[in-house]
Amino acid sequence: MFLLAQQGLEMPDRNEGAAGCVQNDGFCPSWIFDNFDRYVDPFLQHIVLTVVPVAIGFAISFGLAVLAHRRQWLTGPITGVTGFLYTIPSLAFFFLLQPLTGRGYLTAIIALTCYTLLIIFRNVTTGLGGVPMEARDAARGMGLTDRQLLWRVELPLALPEILAGLRIATTTTVGLAALAFFAGAGGLGAELDADYYFKSNVVVAGGLAVLLAAAFDLIILGVQRAMTPWQRARAT
Amino acid sequence: MTRTLRLILAALAALVLTLGVTACGSSDDGGGGGGGGSADLIESDPANEGKSITIGSKNFTEQFILGEIYAQALEAAGFEVKKDLNLGSEQVAYRALTSGQVDAYPEYTGTSLTSFFDVKTADVPKDPDATYELVKKEYAAKDITALARTEFENTFRLAAKTEVQEGDLEGAKTISDVAELPKADELKVAGFPECRQRTDCLVGINNLYDWKPEFVSTEAKYTPLDEDQADLSFVFSTDGELALDDYKIIEDDEALFPPYNVSLGIRNDALKKIGAKGQEVLEAVQEPLTLEAMQELNSRVDLDKQEPEQVAGDYLTELGFTK
Amino acid sequence: MSATLAFLGDFGGAVEFIFRQRESVGGGVQVGGLGEIGDLLVEHLLVSLAAMAIACAVAIPLGLYLGHIGRGEFLAITVSNVGRAVPALALLAFFIAFLGIGFTNVTAVLILLALPPILTNTYVGARGVDPEVVDAARGMGMSGAQIVRRVRVPLALPTIFAGVRTSAVSVLATATIAPLANVQTLGEPIINPQTYGFEGGLGAAIVIGVVTITADAGIGIAQRAVTPKGIKLAEGGGRGRMRLSLPTRRREAAT
Repeated sequence: MFLLAQQGLEMPDRNEGAAGCVQNDGFCPSWIFDNFDRYVDPFLQHIVLTVVPVAIGFAISFGLAVLAHRRQWLTGPITGVTGFLYTIPSLAFFFLLQPLTGRGYLTAIIALTCYTLLIIFRNVTTGLGGVPMEARDAARGMGLTDRQLLWRVELPLALPEILAGLRIATTTTVGLAALAFFAGAGGLGAELDADYYFKSNVVVAGGLAVLLAAAFDLIILGVQRAMTPWQRARAT
Repeated sequence: MTRTLRLILAALAALVLTLGVTACGSSDDGGGGGGGGSADLIESDPANEGKSITIGSKNFTEQFILGEIYAQALEAAGFEVKKDLNLGSEQVAYRALTSGQVDAYPEYTGTSLTSFFDVKTADVPKDPDATYELVKKEYAAKDITALARTEFENTFRLAAKTEVQEGDLEGAKTISDVAELPKADELKVAGFPECRQRTDCLVGINNLYDWKPEFVSTEAKYTPLDEDQADLSFVFSTDGELALDDYKIIEDDEALFPPYNVSLGIRNDALKKIGAKGQEVLEAVQEPLTLEAMQELNSRVDLDKQEPEQVAGDYLTELGFTK
Repeated sequence: MSATLAFLGDFGGAVEFIFRQRESVGGGVQVGGLGEIGDLLVEHLLVSLAAMAIACAVAIPLGLYLGHIGRGEFLAITVSNVGRAVPALALLAFFIAFLGIGFTNVTAVLILLALPPILTNTYVGARGVDPEVVDAARGMGMSGAQIVRRVRVPLALPTIFAGVRTSAVSVLATATIAPLANVQTLGEPIINPQTYGFEGGLGAAIVIGVVTITADAGIGIAQRAVTPKGIKLAEGGGRGRMRLSLPTRRREAAT
């Protein structure tokens, strides 16, 4: 002890006094306050792990849905494939991709993107399918082409359903991204995994994930309200 | 007393007092003179600029700390260091080393032999140096150099809460004592997941001590004991918690566990890159790591919940390797 | 390219892992084979079924009641949103930190995960029954409970089944991380590749995939079976479109 003290390494006696909140793995607000910055990077990673897959997934699903809208027979097979991807447990998916795409962001994002496909595809399809025949007839009566019909009539009317799907996809992805650390992609899940037993850690890391999902949910809801003013009149 | 004598006595008293204060107080200016601990400041060598090296580590506290220490030491020497810590278990880490994903990572001598080189746990030499020499030879065949081993070893221990050891375990001090208890097979032992299949862990206990307790698979070592979810737990001898009064160690009297000193395995091409001075730096920073020092560092991460990067940095500063 | 070929080779090894035992990566112990896979599978199904049973027992009656009286829409929707937002891992970690590890805790986590889709879908399904049909039933003299039983339930069954289907897939998938809490399900070889090897993890992943797809398809068939023929025809051939969440007709509810 003396020799080490001379060397400079401080060695406090952790037995003395009541063992602190932190040592007992408790919920310690002061520790959280002091150490909050260690959650910033994982939080930002988590945002990336949510936004990128949803954006790519949306682009793909939207394209597929528009395609299937014209050629109805495609709906079944596409639903089947995206549904199959959706059913693979995420942990298994992260694991399965690793020999092909290694560890890191790429693997995580590929897997997370696949999970958004079914949700968004199905909602866009249902939204387009739910456009009333009268609206379509009226548009054709006005001489709109197929393309104009889609972009000026069908999509605006399908918007609530599409955005609802986007909300579901986004909040689901936040949840799944918590497992991305398994593929070496960090995120809030990595912080959880670092110490399951330290209550402060679990509350902060888990709480941030929930807050993130809630924030995304509200943002998209806000966009939906803004883009569909005619809905507001009917909203409860 | 004459005035001169009083002056001399006063001076002596002052000297003793100053020495006392310096020794017992914390020293922010790095190591004092003398002792085995006065560390040489690591000088940044401009010739090292641009030379890149990747340091890896396995997936628990001590490994993170060691990885950070080696990485930060090389950084101080002017190398460009990439860290790929938390690779996973030893199998993953070893594959990363042989494939070149990382240039070096710290491994335990006993683990190397049993996990990579097919040596049966019982066949590993009990002498730390003999074990190290064997590791060095095996690594050399793979174009990897095993740097000098550390003084401390991090071996498995079985621990129990003090009350449990005095109560249910009837004061048992060795594993044989525990195995002989009438209700031995009803006891619950907690351990990390792959312990269940390791011959130098649960399987070894089953065979050597003829004791088949119930196994609780968990990543936490002491919480299952605290929460009474297990009676005993596989712990590491360098755990900070063992310095507390709350737990008692059960001795491995049949010497099941082989020596587990740390040796940084580094690829030969990387070793050439950092050169002899680089190697010196690496071996210098691990010198002061005694069992107590390692326990202290582990405590800072596991008990005080500090980040390994911070703890490693403080270690290097407190001992005078870096400013 | 070679990675893909190696992957296909691993695939064969993985199938072999399912059926035949082999030595663990670290040596000294036998892993794999139908025996061990069977044990893991049983545990996986046990914890999933327990959670689903309790979740249904709670959520379906509650959803039917709320849907019948027309109250609690906000609750149903919020529960659904919050339920989706909480990562399963965070929930598991929370339970481990505050309640420790074990079968009970894992089941509790899975129940919480399974509740939202079932509750929301049951509510929306019960609520979405055509008010004219309900009026007609009331006119025929049926009591509240009878209306629920004879009118709302049969008409809501497809939607309820859709919710159950979503939950079942979620629960089976999440049971994969149960080994983190000392419950040895099929996730064990995936979480511990250092013992089971990559082929072990791959084998387990295949088994989980098969189980989940079978469950999904099975419930889907049941869903189609309980859909009254009239509705199936109206929806254009009933290709079993998966309603994993709120049906489209309730656009207001979708917000």
